[in-house]
Order: sequence, then structure tokens, then C-alpha cells
Amino acid sequence: MSGEKSLMSRFGESDFFYSFKRSPVTLVSFAVVLLLILLAVFADLVAPTNPFDVGSLNLMNGFTPPMQPNAFTGEVFFLGTDDQGRDLLSAIIFGLRVSLFVGLTAVAFAMLLGVSLGLWAGYRGGWVDSLIMRAADIQVTFPSILIAMLIFGIARGLLPPSMRDELAISVLIISIGLSEWVPFARTVRGTTLVEKEKEYVQAARLIGLGSGQIMLRHILPNVLSPVLVIATITLALAIIAEATLSFLGVGAPPTEPSLGTLIRIGQDFLFSGEWWILIFPAATLLALALSVNLLGDWLRDTLNPRLK
Amino acid sequence: MLLIIFRRLGQSIFVLFLVAFVSFMMFRYVGNPVDNLLGQEATVEQRDALIEALGLNDPLHEQYFGFVVRALQFDFGNSYRGALPVADMILERLPATLELALVSAILAMLVGTLLGIYTAIRRDGFLANFIMSSSLIGVSLPTFLIGVLLIWLFSVELGWLPSFGRGETVQVGFWSTGLLTVSGLKSLVLPAITLGLYQMTLIMRLVRAEMLEILRQDFIRFARARGLSERVVYFGHALKNTLVPVITVAGLQLGAIVAFAIITETVFQWPGVGLMFINAVFFVDIPVMSAYLLLVGTLFVVINLIVDLLYLAIDPRIRDGQLKRQNS
Repeated sequence: MSGEKSLMSRFGESDFFYSFKRSPVTLVSFAVVLLLILLAVFADLVAPTNPFDVGSLNLMNGFTPPMQPNAFTGEVFFLGTDDQGRDLLSAIIFGLRVSLFVGLTAVAFAMLLGVSLGLWAGYRGGWVDSLIMRAADIQVTFPSILIAMLIFGIARGLLPPSMRDELAISVLIISIGLSEWVPFARTVRGTTLVEKEKEYVQAARLIGLGSGQIMLRHILPNVLSPVLVIATITLALAIIAEATLSFLGVGAPPTEPSLGTLIRIGQDFLFSGEWWILIFPAATLLALALSVNLLGDWLRDTLNPRLK
Repeated sequence: MLLIIFRRLGQSIFVLFLVAFVSFMMFRYVGNPVDNLLGQEATVEQRDALIEALGLNDPLHEQYFGFVVRALQFDFGNSYRGALPVADMILERLPATLELALVSAILAMLVGTLLGIYTAIRRDGFLANFIMSSSLIGVSLPTFLIGVLLIWLFSVELGWLPSFGRGETVQVGFWSTGLLTVSGLKSLVLPAITLGLYQMTLIMRLVRAEMLEILRQDFIRFARARGLSERVVYFGHALKNTLVPVITVAGLQLGAIVAFAIITETVFQWPGVGLMFINAVFFVDIPVMSAYLLLVGTLFVVINLIVDLLYLAIDPRIRDGQLKRQNS
């Protein structure tokens, strides 16, 4: 690792990048995830229409099958339209944005919470450690989707009815985040226990640094690499959790439909033969969840074989 | 040994009280029981009478104690919607959920174990590889999507199986069963597959990994050298040794099956407790939510306790390990 080489070329020669190049499955999943993220970020530019602009909807366009001209207006929609004549492709792109936003922020929240608690538990030890780890033990005996549903239900009960739809997305993020913090905390605590015995931490303590500074500036950077792996795997879980809650009708509000909401709407039209309203959002969700899962598996095997 | 069992028991009871405390706090502080029971037009006297009758003026620990005692007598108060006793609602719907959960658990264990053995024996076969790679998709597919896709294929396109409800049920005492009628059994097929698929792939992968590990060991080689048939080696010697972890995981997954029953029941409009819970979340029906939490929490704690104790009884290594930790 000579200092003259740029960061890019060092990355290009690393084992990490080599194993990435050599795995076609990983390349494809990375491309899919990247494409979906770009679609979601630039939804306003990419989507043919704005699905929330009620004025632009034409009820005559309702139930247009994909790639076929509508019987009344003659308009063609790439993926067809739903019952209200909304372009399905646009609805999916905007739904993708909601799904990814909720998934990513929920994971960020879970990560922040889990890493801080794990760091604190590992460094302080004693009753702090016992308390946090017992809480984690109890929480993992319950499936996280159940915990997310309960927190969502309680939050709905605490909020006045007028604010429920408005805050639904934030409540969703918090409940999914709170249900996924345990793996972060456990891993970080484990590595912290090892790191805090090392000489550099003792040295930091000797020169009189406070424990907050030691935890954040010295230990934290050394415990982060498994966190990345867990974050990727948790992202897949969070996306599925959000889709599930929205599908059950207790997640994203009707004004901000996510992929799960679109699938729930599509299910209603399955029996009347309008299969595309269901299948295209479902395929998008599957592609997203599967690619993130595969990326997570590859990251785990490459960065930290021990976690397997 | 006895000490470990007592400690484990104490832990479970503590967790149970914790679960009860959370459901009590929900019951007491989320939403307003008085407003929900009386409505807008009640007079102040009526409100005070109800507050007194519900014991909401008592000290908190007495209220909590009362809540636990009433829960032990299976009294969870009345639902905010429809004002039915929650206990009756649960009793009416519990058979549906338990039948669904049991059938999917058995399905998952049987098919999962068989597929696991097959993929381990034919490790490089085409079919085994195909099963392994499709199981990855099975793990990534959310439960509700599996259900919806099954409905699309088998109910809408092929028209073979019903897409919702339990079909005809037969009343056996207080238990209404769908297992005795043709339409009941037909209605059970798709929900049971939906609910069991994830657990099935999990058990399959576990059995496969354990089998591969054990097939490498010396006693298998000796069994082959003794001239035993392949079938005896696989099923008599190898399979037996894979069962401890499989039973553990299957036991723990029983809890997950109950939780995921919420999703399956919603997809198939299956009239069980899961559907009741999700409706309660939607309409903020706090007594139903709190009773459900208490019920499922108890179930989980009991399952975990049984699995742990079984593990202690079956595997001497864990028993000794725990003893050593305690003595040091």
C-alpha cells in the first residue's frame, strides 16, 4: 500500500473488488439495486406521469392492459394502468421510493441505536451490560415483524386520529427500526469487549481521555466492519417488513403508497383478470429483496466469513 | 441440574410478568378506556362511576395486580368495537389459528426433513441443486407474496382450490374444526403451504448441512464397511444424529409460525386470532391488542422454556457446560 497510488486504484487491486468482479450473481444484484435506487431517487424525472396528480388521471384509461392501446382513448401504457387509470410504471417508481426510503432510514435508525447500545454495553460492562443484553435476549424471542406491528399499533393508539396518516411513515420507520436493533448491538458489544483490552485503548485511557471520546474516536472505527454486513442483511428484512405492514393495511398511508400497498390494491383485481396490477409491483419487490439479500450474503462471505 | 431448571423457570416467570406489564400499560394508558366505553355524551357522574368501577383511581401496583389476576382467569375486558368480551372472541377464533399453525408446522418438518436428506445425499445432482437455488428465492419472498402468488396460480388461473375462508367447519364441543370436511381440507391447503414454506426451507437447509457434516464422520464409514445398506446408513445412522438441532429449531419456529399466521390469515381471510389482531391494530382496539400480546407472549415463553429444557435433557454437553460456568 504505497502512498502514491490513488484510492481508486488501490480499491481496484483489492481482494474485495476482485471477488466482486468474479461473482456474476453479485454483479447482477448490484446492478439491480443500483438501478432501483436511481429510479427511486430520480422518480420525478424518470416516471412518465405523476401518479399523485389527480388532475392528470383519466378514468377512461382505467384497466388498460400493458403495451396495448386503451379501447377508448387509444393511449398506450408500458405496464398498463390500475382501476383509476393511473400509469402503473409511475406508481411503481414512486412506490419504490417510499419502500426504499422507509427501509434505508429504518436500518439507519436501528444501526444508530444498536451500535450505541452495543458500544456502551461492551465498554461499561457491569449492570449496563446486563440490562441491555437481557433486553436484547428477551426481544429476540419474539419475531421482529410482530414487534414492529405492536409498536405500530401502540403508536396509532397514542396519536390523535387526525395525525395518524400524516405521521404513518415516521411511525413505520421507528417501529421497524426498534424491531431490528438487536443484531447490531450484539455484534458491536462482542467486538468492543475484545477491542477494549487492547493496548491502544489503554494508551488512550492513560493520556486521560474521557470514556465517551475513547468509545467514539478509538473503539468505534474498529468495530464497524461487521456492522456493514448486518446493515445490508437488515435492509432486506426492513424492506420486506415495510411491504408486509403496508400490505396488511397498517403501514404506508393511501396517500403515499409503497410497493406493499400497490400489491394489496392489485390483489383486489386478481379475480377479475387484471393480473398486471398485482404482478408488476410484486416482481419489483421480489427483485429488490432478492438482490439486496444476495449482496448481503456476498458481503458476509467476503468481509467476515466468521459471521456465517 | 435442578438449580439450572429453577433458574430457567424463574427467568421465564420474570419475562411473563414483563409481558403482562407491557400489555397492562397498553390497556391502561394507550387510548382512553373511559371515553371508549362511554362515548361523547356521558355526564361527569357517569364518568366518575365508571372510573370507580374500573378501579382506575386505585394505586398503580394494585391495578397491575388486578390485571394479572383477571388475565389468569381469562378475563381481558371487552373489545372497543362491538363490546364483546375479548376472551370469547379469542376462544371462538383460536381453533382456526391452531389448526393452521399445526398443519403448516407438520408439513414444514416432514417435507423439509425429506428434502434436506435428499439434497444431502444427491449433493451434486441436478434436482438437488435446483431445490437448493430455488430455496434461496423462497427465503427472499415475503410470506404475503407467496400467498398472493399461490392464489393467483391455484385459485384464479387453475381454479383448483378456494382462495379465502375455512370452508365448512364441524363443531366438536367448543372446537370448530375444518379438518373433517372436504371443503375445509381444500381451504387449508394454500394457507398451510404459505405459512409453512419459510420454515420448510429453513429446516431443509439445516438438515442438509447437518447430514453433510455427519456423513463425513467415521462411524458412517464403518457402517458402510460393515456392509449395511444405504438406506440403513442414511436413515438409521445419519438421520438420527441430525435430529437434535432440527427439533430445537422447529420448536423455536413454532412461535414464528404463530406470528406469521397474522399475515397468512389476512391474505386468505382465515378467521383466526391473527386476523383479529390485525383488525385490532387497524381500528386501535386496545383490549384486543393487549390480550393478543399476553397470549402470544405466554406461548413464546412456554415454547422457549420447553425447548431449553429439552435441550438440557438431550445434550449432555450443554448440561455440563452450564454447570461449569456456575461453579467457576
